[in-house]
Amino acid sequence: MHTDSENYKKYVNARAKKSPLAKDCLRAFLVGGAICTGAQGLLALYKGWGMEKDDAAALVSVTLVFLTALLTGIGVFDNIAKFAGAGTLVPITGFANAVSAPAIDTKGEGFVLGVGAKIFSIAGPVILYGITAGTLYGVIYWIINTFF
Amino acid sequence: MDYVWAFVIGGLLCLPAQILIDKTKLTPARILVSYVVAGVILGAVGVYEPFVEFAGCGAATPLTGFGYLIARGVKEAVTEKGLLGALTGGLSETAAGITAALVFGLIAAIFFRGKTKN
Repeated sequence: MHTDSENYKKYVNARAKKSPLAKDCLRAFLVGGAICTGAQGLLALYKGWGMEKDDAAALVSVTLVFLTALLTGIGVFDNIAKFAGAGTLVPITGFANAVSAPAIDTKGEGFVLGVGAKIFSIAGPVILYGITAGTLYGVIYWIINTFF
Repeated sequence: MDYVWAFVIGGLLCLPAQILIDKTKLTPARILVSYVVAGVILGAVGVYEPFVEFAGCGAATPLTGFGYLIARGVKEAVTEKGLLGALTGGLSETAAGITAALVFGLIAAIFFRGKTKN
């Protein structure tokens, strides 16, 4: 298709206008990547203290979970999450926030049926289906190992 | 190079979730569940282990890494103590993360005021 260069430029600019999806994905990529890079740094630090690899990795998770609970408590995490979208949701920070946010928000409903129950509102399904999938795998793995 | 791959892979793993958030009505809870179950499956078929070796925390920190830990724990436990391991391996391997999330969540609820007023 032939157009003069002016029109073509307009056409391209209109098409190249960033969709929210592209912007959201860029933010998610940058923040998610940054969190994982930070985790890698912590892992190196803990290994440097002489911890074994698996223990160091577990402590990295604990550290991220702690920081998330703290940032959620002081109300900062929500702002980061609004900017980052899936960038804070997908790393373990998203899981930790999904535990601490409802816990904090349901304090008014009491510590047993409020905090105690609602703390599992998202963690519950995650653990339930993760563990169930794992159990299923364990049974299959056992059958294969035992009979074949 | 460890840091570069952690950044790139960790960032890339966030993209499917972002697309799901923008393009579907899938709630964050469903996305987290999908990631964990996907991690278990990828761990079970042996794909995720080399992926973690390669990308380090870029593969371990996303929730798929949590699923992978469940699969790894189950496999080790079944090898060690048979069928009972199918029930014990998953939770014991992920105990630190789950317990930390719950305990720190409770402590946060004690010390901080939420959105709903009492």
